[in-house]
Amino acid sequence: MTRDPYRAIEAVWRIESAKLIAALARRVGDVGLAEDFAQEALLRALEQWPETGIPDNPGAWLMTTAKRRAIDHFRRHQRLERRHEQFARESELQQELAAADLEVAMDDDIGDDLLRLIFVACHPCLSMEAHVALTLRLLAGLTTEEIARGFLIPEATVAQRIVRAKRTLAAARVPFELPRRAEFASRLRSVLQVIYLIFNEGYTATTGDDWMRPALCEEALRLGRILAELVPEEPEVHGLVALMEIQASRLRARASPVGEPVLLLDQDRGVWDQLLIHRGLVALERARVLGRVPGQNLLQAEIAACHARAQTAAETDWNRILVLYDMLIEVAPSPVAKLNRAVALAMATGPAAGLESIDALVAEPSLRNYHLLPAVRGDLLRKLGRLEEARAEFERAASLTRNARERELLRTRAAECQKGIG
Amino acid sequence: MRFMMLMIPKGYEKAKAGGMPDAKVVAEMMRYNKSLQQAGVLLALDGLHPPSMGARISFSGGEPLVTDGPFSEAKEVIGGYWMIQVRSKQEAIEWACRCPGSEEFVIEIRQVQEMADFPPDVQQAAAGFPELQLGRGPA
Repeated sequence: MTRDPYRAIEAVWRIESAKLIAALARRVGDVGLAEDFAQEALLRALEQWPETGIPDNPGAWLMTTAKRRAIDHFRRHQRLERRHEQFARESELQQELAAADLEVAMDDDIGDDLLRLIFVACHPCLSMEAHVALTLRLLAGLTTEEIARGFLIPEATVAQRIVRAKRTLAAARVPFELPRRAEFASRLRSVLQVIYLIFNEGYTATTGDDWMRPALCEEALRLGRILAELVPEEPEVHGLVALMEIQASRLRARASPVGEPVLLLDQDRGVWDQLLIHRGLVALERARVLGRVPGQNLLQAEIAACHARAQTAAETDWNRILVLYDMLIEVAPSPVAKLNRAVALAMATGPAAGLESIDALVAEPSLRNYHLLPAVRGDLLRKLGRLEEARAEFERAASLTRNARERELLRTRAAECQKGIG
Repeated sequence: MRFMMLMIPKGYEKAKAGGMPDAKVVAEMMRYNKSLQQAGVLLALDGLHPPSMGARISFSGGEPLVTDGPFSEAKEVIGGYWMIQVRSKQEAIEWACRCPGSEEFVIEIRQVQEMADFPPDVQQAAAGFPELQLGRGPA
């Protein structure tokens, strides 16, 4: 055995921590305490494994050690008013420790425990920021420092968010259980939102950023894939996984070698990652066979799949995309979806129809400062030969975007229109 | 980062066509595959028929020369692979250690090359060959 123990412990932690915290949280009834015990077990491993070597079943070793810490804790902190409850927990833990086949007992309902942990991390009593921090910390096993680097915020801010979130959960006495049937769908929706937010944070990273930012895409994909195995009967989970797989397949095509953004239709499809596209299409199929009315993740994934299936931009099935946007606007109406629908309409039937459809959105308050509205408008005006108006729209879009490279690109387009006017 | 875990079964270089693995071994391996999938790290996996069913193409003097398997000079050959997505080489090693192993095979861990691993001139050259699946970003 020549495994470097310290590095091996880090890797074991990465693989085991979520399961460990989840299993402990069900037994001690508090996510914060559960993480403390898991951390204490990790420290024990760091002390002992370099000398004793890595145990045959490192996960079970960590679990046993953490449970012993939990028992010690309950003995030290028995408070009168909750004595009965804690005594029950302690004896339950001891019985488990005594059980010969600990490993089997642990694996049995670990899936449910993990699912409970995800729902608690994304509990409605917490803010979106807290959801993200807790999910990355408890489920993905990221350190506070890694989360801070990923989101470009100070480490102390992340640490504070996590501490506060744990305190809020404890104060609200949030039970470690799955949401009831009536609220399951809405709770699942917010879990999916958290995962997609993490993905997008990584997706918007640009060249030269800390590698931890794009790595967030991988973390979100991993979380999504785990969730898809935990609740395989939920089509929206497969829909989100499909959407992320297909979007991630374009990661290496979406920026030029010098870091300029390359728009979807201009991307070199040859460098799209075919393995991820395949995985995305398989995830879509898993959702489809469940035979339910498609939700917004699934519909967005279907749209992404239309692009993924087209060998060239010209082969894109815009009529199908148009239908999918209509369905999407039906289940989740949003101005951005309407803008995208207008683009699809322009591609399917010509720039004039698209322009008309966009003009109906100009008054939309939430799009007032959205740079893509004038950018798309400028594009269509240019196609219609209305260069002066197109130039003005590109200039406006350039003044609205916060991305320097995108601003450059829009200015170039404006200049091209200017040249055309002559 | 992506790693390939290459399965190298002992004696597979001489295996006859159509030989099938033991059902019990397969069942155990499926449990392991499931654990990779449930952890969200498995991207793809496949088993390969033995070399006796394959062929080798060598290029002596630039001309392709086809030799049917088995290949007498081969000391070890690949019997299958897993493609996994993990955060470090150590994590890949840790997953490989969890494979229900035996004397019958060895697992080799190899990291998949990404565009960022290369100097700019090589990146530029590779950009002309889109079939080459080299990733610049993650995932």
